[in-house]
Amino acid sequence: MRDFSYLRANSIDAARQAAALPGAMLLAGGTTLIDLAKCGVTEPEIVVDITHLKGLDGITVDDRGAMIGALARMSSVADHAEIKSRFPAVSDALWQAASAQLRNMATIGGNLMQRTRCPYFRDPANFPACNKRTPGSGCSAIGGVTRGHAVLGTSEACIATYPGDLATALVAFDAIVHLGDRQVAVDDFFLLPGATPEREHAIEPGEMITAISIPASAAAGRSTYLKVRDRQSYEFAAASAAVGIEFEADGRTIRDLRVALGGVATKPWRARAVEEALKGKLLEPDTVRRASLLAIEGAVDHGANHYKIELAPRVVARAILKMGETA
Amino acid sequence: MTVHDVRSRQSDSKRGDSKRGDSKRGDASDGAIFAEAVGGRLSRVDGPAKITGAAKYAVEQQLDGLSHAVLVESTIAAGKVRSIDTAAAQASPGVLLVLTPDNGLRLNTATDWLGTPPPDIPYCPLARDVTFSGQHVAAVVAESFEQAVAAAALVKVAYDETPAIVDLDDPKAGDGIPIDTMTKEWGDAQAAFAAAPVRVCAAYNTPREYQTPMEPHGLIAHWQGDQLTVWEPSQWLDGMARTYAEWFGVPFENVRLVSPYIGGGFGSKAFAYGYGAVAAMAAKMLGRPVKLAVTRPQTFTAYGGRAATRQTVALGADAEGRIQSIVHRGVNETSVDGMWVEPLGSVTSIMYATPNFSSRQNVVRVNTVVPGALRAPGENPSAFGIESAIDELAYEVGIDPLEIRLRNYAEQDPEANKPWSTRQLREAFAAGAEAFGWSKRAPEPRSMRDGNQLIGWGVAAGTYPVRRAYGEAMVRILADGSVEVESSSIDMGQGTYTILAQTAAEVVGVPAENVVVKLGDSRYARAGVTGGSRLAGVMTGAVHKAATAALDQLVGLAISDPNSPFHALQANTLVVANGRIASPRGDGPEVSIAELLGSVGRSQIEAMGDTMPANSTADDRYKNYTTIATALSHTEGDYSRHSWCAHFIEVRVDEDFGTVRVSRVVSALDSGRLYNPKLAESQWKGGIIMGIGQALLEEGIVDRRHGRIVNNNLADYLIATNADIPDIEVISVGIPDPHSSALGGKGVGELGIVGVAPAIANAVFHATGKRVRDLPITLEKLI
Repeated sequence: MRDFSYLRANSIDAARQAAALPGAMLLAGGTTLIDLAKCGVTEPEIVVDITHLKGLDGITVDDRGAMIGALARMSSVADHAEIKSRFPAVSDALWQAASAQLRNMATIGGNLMQRTRCPYFRDPANFPACNKRTPGSGCSAIGGVTRGHAVLGTSEACIATYPGDLATALVAFDAIVHLGDRQVAVDDFFLLPGATPEREHAIEPGEMITAISIPASAAAGRSTYLKVRDRQSYEFAAASAAVGIEFEADGRTIRDLRVALGGVATKPWRARAVEEALKGKLLEPDTVRRASLLAIEGAVDHGANHYKIELAPRVVARAILKMGETA
Repeated sequence: MTVHDVRSRQSDSKRGDSKRGDSKRGDASDGAIFAEAVGGRLSRVDGPAKITGAAKYAVEQQLDGLSHAVLVESTIAAGKVRSIDTAAAQASPGVLLVLTPDNGLRLNTATDWLGTPPPDIPYCPLARDVTFSGQHVAAVVAESFEQAVAAAALVKVAYDETPAIVDLDDPKAGDGIPIDTMTKEWGDAQAAFAAAPVRVCAAYNTPREYQTPMEPHGLIAHWQGDQLTVWEPSQWLDGMARTYAEWFGVPFENVRLVSPYIGGGFGSKAFAYGYGAVAAMAAKMLGRPVKLAVTRPQTFTAYGGRAATRQTVALGADAEGRIQSIVHRGVNETSVDGMWVEPLGSVTSIMYATPNFSSRQNVVRVNTVVPGALRAPGENPSAFGIESAIDELAYEVGIDPLEIRLRNYAEQDPEANKPWSTRQLREAFAAGAEAFGWSKRAPEPRSMRDGNQLIGWGVAAGTYPVRRAYGEAMVRILADGSVEVESSSIDMGQGTYTILAQTAAEVVGVPAENVVVKLGDSRYARAGVTGGSRLAGVMTGAVHKAATAALDQLVGLAISDPNSPFHALQANTLVVANGRIASPRGDGPEVSIAELLGSVGRSQIEAMGDTMPANSTADDRYKNYTTIATALSHTEGDYSRHSWCAHFIEVRVDEDFGTVRVSRVVSALDSGRLYNPKLAESQWKGGIIMGIGQALLEEGIVDRRHGRIVNNNLADYLIATNADIPDIEVISVGIPDPHSSALGGKGVGELGIVGVAPAIANAVFHATGKRVRDLPITLEKLI
């Protein structure tokens, strides 16, 4: 059998040290690690269990923002009263992610480390070529079943979609990933595949996510996460949008706008072009729809995923307009 | 009767049992149906065991010395296994055996389910010639499951790959093999279609769909000498026991199949498959019990789901929409070396009256596992074709989709030219339309909306034939007055335990809670396949007969035994109610069944009953329970027998996103008499839920370069979740059908799914003006 060592970390420092060992992986909720181990995608030599670490599951929200411990469960964050009122898009994104069972197990830190659902990535026995799994081996997805694959941020090496919902909301509101003392903007934490799709996160060996912070903003306080998919529950997004909006005193002119896309890109995708096009404008349907088309600037499809190019701007537009309705 | 009524009556009868029960006697006179009698709404008697986890499923058995088998599957879709390097796997810790085509036992080919004598060639469950991706090519048995998994990954298989025919759209697939037995023709359909003033013709496609039972397949095989015990979820213990017996060349009686609970089958658990042969072979070679649990991904390739289908339906009609001609052509895929015919013209030929008809079907070989049965094989895709086509005709003619169905109502079976035994379809249309509010429907597509949501209302009919067979049951009245029913039939959630308890309770005259039903062991009284919605009709009839014989014995003893308290009464008969025996007029003594058996010195009464013809031989019986060769045609004799239904469905389609949500379902169904309305309603709803998944979500997606299903898991192969399902209203419009079964019921289990997908597709058209003829109706088809 595939033996591995199991270490239970007693402190954050011990966890970091263990995580730096060759072949070590952190175990939190286990919903990704165990799944991928079963698929044969990951074969950790050392599993470092961090679930018993104290003080990493806190959720504090004040006027400056939210601080969410890496071990806070998805369901706890989703249901947190202050998160719901000050960061509704974050709560919405979590509620629409995964299933109730998974949300109760999975942690926030682990959620950020969730890996792609690309079926080729997940089936090494049948598809040995995968640049994300085995650098340089090629991409089995290109030319294959691509209905769920990305149209933004792709490279010749990889077209795998970043599957998560939470990070899409986080990137819209400039959240920060805390790796102990080092802090990285969420947008920078997720890496484009480029020529190195095996490297997905700006995290170094021996580093561990300890918390996520989200700065308070008026836009975050008036935000939503709209997820579109064929199945009403427990499905990854065909396209999703996290949107937050702040109006001028007239209640119609857009002062601040945050837009991020999920389900269509290789990483959580901030659509700054849409934001810039609409700032200072009146929130009107035609204006919003036109500007939303900027969300998919540079999109490249691979056949079966072409619909995402049509769909994504509509999702963005709907989400923005929905925020206007509640003015 | 409301649920509250049932509960109070149930508790009434329980109180009666502890004192003196006469509530049962009031049954006939006051006309009420007690929960415990046939027709009552008794809750599933196996429910508590399943909810609490006390129910032990096949592969949960704990056996000493259990070893674990893991399959190695082909990674190519077509070609030959050049070599298998097992050295590393053999050397891996805990490995007991690495099975390849070259080192296994020689097995025989077994008789198929139709009873066809097998060719005298060996059967090898591991492939040398690969015909689909995911085929079993080797297996590893180890002390632990984890060791077997690790070792299986070390088996190195080298292939000589050849080009595969990946699906029906493959240019190499060709037109396939005509299946002449599927041809149905009357009149001159082509000429009548050409001459018809109104014509519609379109192609309707369904993809590969899968049963996805909650409990994956698997087994534990255990040899003791030449006696084989197999714990395996099964829809057909006797059929599978025969297969195992023939594979291994041992007498049928030497194989015991045990399958007390089944976590969903949907047609997929009726046969012994190759992995079963692998496990039983390994167990024999090792002299140890072997467990083989099929993984979730393997549930897509270890046996077949519903074949992908293509149909063309051409309808010619007069200006009022009366059908003059139906021309139907169907194609389904099968495997390279197996034959599966999905009868695509089965609904087409009986749903509507037409003077001219032609249906033909081809089967195309592609590199897939041989497809199999999935809830209403044949009728399900057939209904998608004809029930979509007639909707298109309604719009072409400009009449209401419900009206066109009534205008073409088949007053008798147009194919068999026989009267229906019962056909409450008109009643179903009426009841469904009334409850749904169909008359308020705006006729034009895109004419109903709620904000961004386009609203559409669709209707479609469904049907399923009454498949009849002979059954057998053992009924015992035990010393404590309880009743025991034994049958090798099974309960996969549809309620066999419950309705057989109700049947025996009613016949013998005891509370249902005093009836213990034992199922799922091939040592019990024999049973044919649980498939084709036949089991309830077959088994209630058999239990009714056996229980009647047991009751006759009991009453006979009470009247004639010198030690009976009734001996002096010189009665002709006695009444048994609520477990107590009395004279019909109430004069004389009243004793419990237990007291009577005690006084006459009997430990039990036992009666075997079967519904086989009286002159049946042992071989007839063997054939009846281990093949479907003796099943009775639904058109045998003077009548054509079918269940019927009408689905009325509302969808909401987001006009920007193309997402479809079913927001309302009202279905009226005719399954004849319901043995237990609560359970029948649940089965209908289950079928409707599955139909919603089929219409909107389910599709085995093939990588056409590799001929491999890539969404072989429950995160990517989408079935409906609770959030996708609205409240479903089901209305029973059936009446007892004496031609269909002993107690008047018709099929329930498969009916509900038939017609759901076309009702949704029709509703989507009404909502959007877009006709989607390829299932599933995913958002990109509407965007």
